Amino acid sequence: MLRKGVQIGAVGVGAGLLWGLFLQKTGRAQGFVPRPPGALPPNEFETACSKCGLCVEACPYDTLKLAGFKDIAAPGTPFFEPREIPCYMCRDIPCVKACPSGALPHTFEDITKAKMGVAAIDHNSCLSWQGLRCEICYRDCPEQNKAIIIENHPRLLSKHAMFVPVVMPDSCTGCGLCVHSCPTDRPSINIVDPEKFLGKIGDHYRLGWKEKLDARAVPEAPMKDAGKPGGLDFLNSELP
Amino acid sequence: MTEKQKKIRHLSQPKTAAEWIYRLRFTIARRFVQFCLLAFFFGSARFGFKVADKFILSGDLSSSRILDMIPLADPFAALQRLCAQYWLSPETLIGAGLVLAFYWVVGGRSFCAWVCPMNLVTDFAFWCREKLGIKTNVLSLSSNLRYLLLAVSLILSLCTGIAAFEAISPQGVLWREIVFGGVYGLLSVIFGIFALDLAVSKRGWCGHLCPLGAFWALWGRLSATKVKFDNDTCTRCGDCLKVCPEPQVISFKDAAKVGMIRSGECTNCGKCVSVCPENSLKFGIRFIKDTKKTQ
Repeated sequence: MLRKGVQIGAVGVGAGLLWGLFLQKTGRAQGFVPRPPGALPPNEFETACSKCGLCVEACPYDTLKLAGFKDIAAPGTPFFEPREIPCYMCRDIPCVKACPSGALPHTFEDITKAKMGVAAIDHNSCLSWQGLRCEICYRDCPEQNKAIIIENHPRLLSKHAMFVPVVMPDSCTGCGLCVHSCPTDRPSINIVDPEKFLGKIGDHYRLGWKEKLDARAVPEAPMKDAGKPGGLDFLNSELP
Repeated sequence: MTEKQKKIRHLSQPKTAAEWIYRLRFTIARRFVQFCLLAFFFGSARFGFKVADKFILSGDLSSSRILDMIPLADPFAALQRLCAQYWLSPETLIGAGLVLAFYWVVGGRSFCAWVCPMNLVTDFAFWCREKLGIKTNVLSLSSNLRYLLLAVSLILSLCTGIAAFEAISPQGVLWREIVFGGVYGLLSVIFGIFALDLAVSKRGWCGHLCPLGAFWALWGRLSATKVKFDNDTCTRCGDCLKVCPEPQVISFKDAAKVGMIRSGECTNCGKCVSVCPENSLKFGIRFIKDTKKTQ
């Protein structure tokens, strides 16, 4: 009886430890990967995801794919590679609707609130930052003037200003359209892990000049036709 | 047995194609079901094949939908995620309930013999063993090992917060990579399990190790569809034992007492039914008594 108990215990513990070791590699992502919009935070996502691929089947652009063993993401979980196919931010978010497990919670309804990652620009290879006129990322950004803005920087040796793209992390959804369209050999703008990339300024810093600007800012006068229905948000939406 | 010795007969090798089809009727039906399911899932994922603007079956074995509407979910996967401290979505709960109800009716491990894609690999390995006369059994495992692994998978899920078996499940990889594409994982699980079953351990994966099979075996103890056993006609020829993938489930003593193969480990594959020379084994519902004997 004791002998049998020891045998069973040894096999169970041994199998459990080896299995657990293997899980370190296959259970969780080995780094940052852009997940479908509205996904739970990284560790919770891998716990919740049932690896069924229904979001992949629902994606009309073939953006999403299920990870294999060579990918950074845990095998079987959905992710996308923005340089190949970015997330086109469907307004009806079919991938979230398709998810049966709750890994993409159905309470997520506004695609512009997605945080699939955050865009980061490498100034040393960005064409616009070198002084050329590019701004493709800015033009392609679905949250234009919110997630990517263009700033004018004066130049030392020429009259012409530089038009440089700047990412606004609060509005950036991490969709990766900018990465997809960046014309440099390797993209000069990338979707990166917000947790690792974004800093925090600290409450004790006072940006006096910004406060002055805010105080001087005049509230926008209401537009003449404010009550009338506005234009289209998306080209494929119907007229109001 | 005591009153008169019954004469032992064996079924002769089928000669015509029709006889072969009749002999292999359950195997053919099982392959049909397995390939149909694979084809439906594959068609939805790869070609967007739809009927009346709806996918017939979409997703994979862990979670799927019939006609974009009826949810299905693997109850064992759901149980692991529950152990990993994730409160399941209502859709998963409904889906798991439906699947449990279905396999309660058709028999727990019917999943193994009729649905699971790994069955194709392990049955082929078994067939190769027979044809090549391979007798080696390097690892002689206990068929109760799977219950231990089932317990380990649930404890690991609890400790790591990841559905432990889902993260390594060979049939999960097999199915996913067939349906959604992938080569390395597919080849490694096919050849890995094939090699295990062929050369290392007879019926190693399905019969001894697979925790999913163990889960369905536990559920199968309660389920309705069983192989019924008629002790009056049985001659104890033992032909059923030779073809059974889980020979430990056939215990004549127990079967004679309760009139059926009671063990949950029976996969309802039907091999014994088609090979029995006396028709002593038949599929039946456990609660319905065989009426033929009384008349």
